[in-house]
Amino acid sequence: MAHAKNHDYHILSPSLWPLLGALMGFIMLFGAVAWMSGGMTMLFGAIEVGGPWLFLIGLVGVLYTMFGWWGETIKENAIGDHTPVVLIGLRYGFILFIMSEVMFFFAWFWSFFKHALYPIHPEGLSPKVDGVFPPAGIETFDPWHLPLINTLILLCSGAAATWAHHALVHGNKRDEIKQGLIIAILLGLLFTVFQAYEYSHAAFGFAGNIYGANFFMATGFHGAHVIIGTIFLFICLLRVYRGHFTPENHLGFEAAAWYWHFVDVVWLFLFASIYIWGQ
Amino acid sequence: MADAAIHGHEHEDNRGFFTRWFMSTNHKDIGILYLIVSALAGLVSVCFTVYMRLELMEPGVQYMCMEGARITAAAMEDCTPNGHLWNVLITGHGILMMFFVVIPALFGGFGNYFMPLQIGAPDMAFPRMNNLSFWLYFAGTTLAVASLLSPGGNGQLGSGVGWVLYPPLSTTEGGYSMDLAIFAVHVSGASSILGAINMITTFLNMRAPGMTLFKVPLFAWSIFVTSWLILLSLPVLAGAITMLLTDRNFGTTFFDPSGGGDPILYQHILWFFGHPEVYIVIVPGFGIASHVIATFSRKPIFGYLPMVWAVIAIGALGFVVWAHHMYTVGMSLQQQSYFMLATMVIAVPTGVKIFSWIATMWGGSIEFKTPMLFAIGFLVLFTIGGVTGIVLSQAGVDRAYHDTYYVVAHFHYTMSMGAAFTIFAGMYFYLPKMSGRMYPEFWGKVHFWMFFIGVNVTFFPQHFLGRQGMPRRYIDYPDAFATWNYLSSVGAMISFASFLLFFGIVIYTLTKGARSSVANPWNEYADTLEWTLPSPPPEHTFEQLPKQEDWDKSHAH
Repeated sequence: MAHAKNHDYHILSPSLWPLLGALMGFIMLFGAVAWMSGGMTMLFGAIEVGGPWLFLIGLVGVLYTMFGWWGETIKENAIGDHTPVVLIGLRYGFILFIMSEVMFFFAWFWSFFKHALYPIHPEGLSPKVDGVFPPAGIETFDPWHLPLINTLILLCSGAAATWAHHALVHGNKRDEIKQGLIIAILLGLLFTVFQAYEYSHAAFGFAGNIYGANFFMATGFHGAHVIIGTIFLFICLLRVYRGHFTPENHLGFEAAAWYWHFVDVVWLFLFASIYIWGQ
Repeated sequence: MADAAIHGHEHEDNRGFFTRWFMSTNHKDIGILYLIVSALAGLVSVCFTVYMRLELMEPGVQYMCMEGARITAAAMEDCTPNGHLWNVLITGHGILMMFFVVIPALFGGFGNYFMPLQIGAPDMAFPRMNNLSFWLYFAGTTLAVASLLSPGGNGQLGSGVGWVLYPPLSTTEGGYSMDLAIFAVHVSGASSILGAINMITTFLNMRAPGMTLFKVPLFAWSIFVTSWLILLSLPVLAGAITMLLTDRNFGTTFFDPSGGGDPILYQHILWFFGHPEVYIVIVPGFGIASHVIATFSRKPIFGYLPMVWAVIAIGALGFVVWAHHMYTVGMSLQQQSYFMLATMVIAVPTGVKIFSWIATMWGGSIEFKTPMLFAIGFLVLFTIGGVTGIVLSQAGVDRAYHDTYYVVAHFHYTMSMGAAFTIFAGMYFYLPKMSGRMYPEFWGKVHFWMFFIGVNVTFFPQHFLGRQGMPRRYIDYPDAFATWNYLSSVGAMISFASFLLFFGIVIYTLTKGARSSVANPWNEYADTLEWTLPSPPPEHTFEQLPKQEDWDKSHAH
């Protein structure tokens, strides 16, 4: 910077990551359309794009941007750019991000509850809502088998993450942090495996019926969040091994823990409404 | 000004062109990028409407022919009407204006540039993410334009489904144009959400020492409230259009009754976003109007605290009135009654704002500079739009008006005149600050009067058309509607000319305008912090945080 800073805020130098990230996001989504539509021609037939390639290139670019950008953020944290007031701002930012995620799930729950409370008969149209829920021919999962086990797995995982968090805040006990995180991550992976097992044994399809659409999209987006959260916790574990965190400054860990609890809570709502109430 | 030297140090700007504009972490530069791109998107979108008004000038179809779109009128027998082209243009106009012009200009442009300055912050809370918001917006605009040029329905280019993307039209439209449009909205939504997170954090965490929440200038408040609306409503839209995407590509039946789905559900979720969206569009404009009116009336804003609470109330109520956009879908009487009452309640806080602006002018020493003209124009026209809004809020009356030109007139009075007038007010008010050059006052006034007359001639007759029963979104109409349509098209041409004049004025100002680096070209009632900085402000502002006496004028008045 050209001048001495006279305040505690974080003034960043120019960065290429945003442009790169947006460009790669564009390529990824454009590629997704090319893939879904079964191929497209561009520039008056000069270029033909089909298959997943463009999408995958964009995806790799987006992941690379995330890796590079957040790696830079970690370095900035290490050299002390994250003053207490900047840390507060980052916390606000992450909480707001989680709030926007909550509103995203709001849309899926809305669709589920609408179709559960006012089911439409296949031959009828609103307001003639004489259908049944679950729709005729749909055999739902028994909530008290695998879904209940999954609930316990996820709750235990959240508890393990909190254990690690406490070990970090109260005395930075590295061994306990590692144990807690490893347990949380393994339980998260187990949840994903069980969920995949459940999906493969579903008695209803994804396409062609509203129950399957709601079930798979809601639990599927939740599953995606579980996977993201597991990766987030794994990154935190690596950072614990490298000694990045202190009881005063462990924002990445805090964000991962919040995210993980958010994922937990969404699951509880899914379990209560789709699995139990909607069985 | 003596204290300007404290805030901005003159020094060499060493950044190269690419570094400055493509790798920016500077809220002022990013604000300018937003303004430029939204102006270009606006030009495209306005060209669409002018072409549509040209088509509607006379009964029959003379321009949008299957034989090829024309600039000159074709004889009836030479022209097979191309309804798809019409639908694509009307869809493009709506999507561009809603997502890629007005929000980026007001929220992205003015919000980025002036919200941090007004609260005395050195930059945004997340300067790098700020740039991601901009480039995602740019990527979204590119996807939207790509969608217009891609294979769509009816074996032609583009999607003609309306900006609301209602199924079953949007789920059955052929080609992949629709998928690109959906992703365009996804990406611009992500951009807005990141922007909202940034704005809220900046507002909460980076206010100047001593600036408590109820001392924050009204424009910064309006951006804060807008951010909450974006944060809580856009993810819901993302869910809805994801459902559209899977219905189109993966065989789900969210909106398809043959699989147990319900197209009305889409309308509910869309408008749960869509109604907050219209306040996202207008609320930053409220903020700009407040500062312009106070400055050129030479009075502090009347009723600061009620103004803040009114904007909060408008934002909160905006979330609970969505179904007044869909009275005719077959809702129960109870639902309609609720949405009708809730909608009319919004008139109360809006009235608080309107009367506070009038009270600000009351007894003031009013100076009719161009920004003030636009602000007064906004006040008059937005009120007209608000009054027709009350008419439309009646579920019974809406039976007659639904999907007629009365609705078109109503929302253009609030948006095309409400929001657009505040954009122009903001441009003339802040251009001297952003560029260090003064716009030509005479031509600014010419622009105002042309635009004011143009939009009124365009849209006022549309009330009559709507009352006569002319439905919206059609390429042609019976001869009975010819007179008012002709007049409306003439108005559109006048507005278009004034729009081109505006571009001319901006380019003239930036290249040949009278240089003036004074911090405050207006008067002492432009008393927020941005007016203590040199014009244009240096690369980094408020490296020394402002002191309370720089901005707290509460004892002076």
